[in-house]
Amino acid sequence: MSQYYDYIEMKIPAKPEFIGVIRLTLSGIASRMGFSYDDIEDLKIATSEACTNAVQHAYKDDEKGEVKIGFGLYQDRLEVMVADNGQSCDFDEVRQGLGPYENGQSVEFLREGGLGLYLIESLMDEVKIHQNEGVTLFMTKFVEGEQVEMDAETIST
Amino acid sequence: MNISIDVKDIDSQVRVSVKGEIDAYTAPKLRETIFPLSEKENVNMVIDLTEVAYMDSTGLGVFVGLFKSIRSHDGEFRLVGLSERLRRLFEITGLADIIDIKSDTEGGLE
Repeated sequence: MSQYYDYIEMKIPAKPEFIGVIRLTLSGIASRMGFSYDDIEDLKIATSEACTNAVQHAYKDDEKGEVKIGFGLYQDRLEVMVADNGQSCDFDEVRQGLGPYENGQSVEFLREGGLGLYLIESLMDEVKIHQNEGVTLFMTKFVEGEQVEMDAETIST
Repeated sequence: MNISIDVKDIDSQVRVSVKGEIDAYTAPKLRETIFPLSEKENVNMVIDLTEVAYMDSTGLGVFVGLFKSIRSHDGEFRLVGLSERLRRLFEITGLADIIDIKSDTEGGLE
């Protein structure tokens, strides 16, 4: 899948007020690529969730951190990378206990956070997490219809 | 990237209108403004989200917190004016079955 692609990268201070700026940029990129309104909204939420995680968890003690956001623009898909180089947290631990709320759960035990990663996985087509110095999240969304065409090609060859 | 929160107390009902975007930056402001109101006994709170253009899990977290606080004080809590997008967020996360949400605002404007 080594097709030609364009790459756009941004760095923001690890502060919540800049997450909206990333959303604006992402909107511009995704609408240029022909994503539908709903897909753009999904992309905005998933990318904001990743940035929020990076800002909130990675730099608990150090306010000078940065978050790097990369956009890989392919013909058929957009890849979004969100990387922090802060203190890595144990993602397996974070993953546990994630997921939707269940009906009938006692009200006082409803969680007030931890939905971010679950939403990312629900709204994007592919999600990968790399962990070394910090945490890097790669997520992909296909332009509507493209994924089906690609699969069809694979089958016919 | 801003939020405005309007709180009105009419006929023993607390009516909150939220405008703008709810994200990691604005959610703390939303929580600080509304949360104290949720700690009174038997409060009846309706939050109108008609003019919310964007919301993510940080907003869901605020509403879950409010819902819990109001329930523990024997009050009532409703969200009205949800767009298709917002409704989807509550459905994906399973919150639609737990919190009372409505797409129209009639319940809040009666």
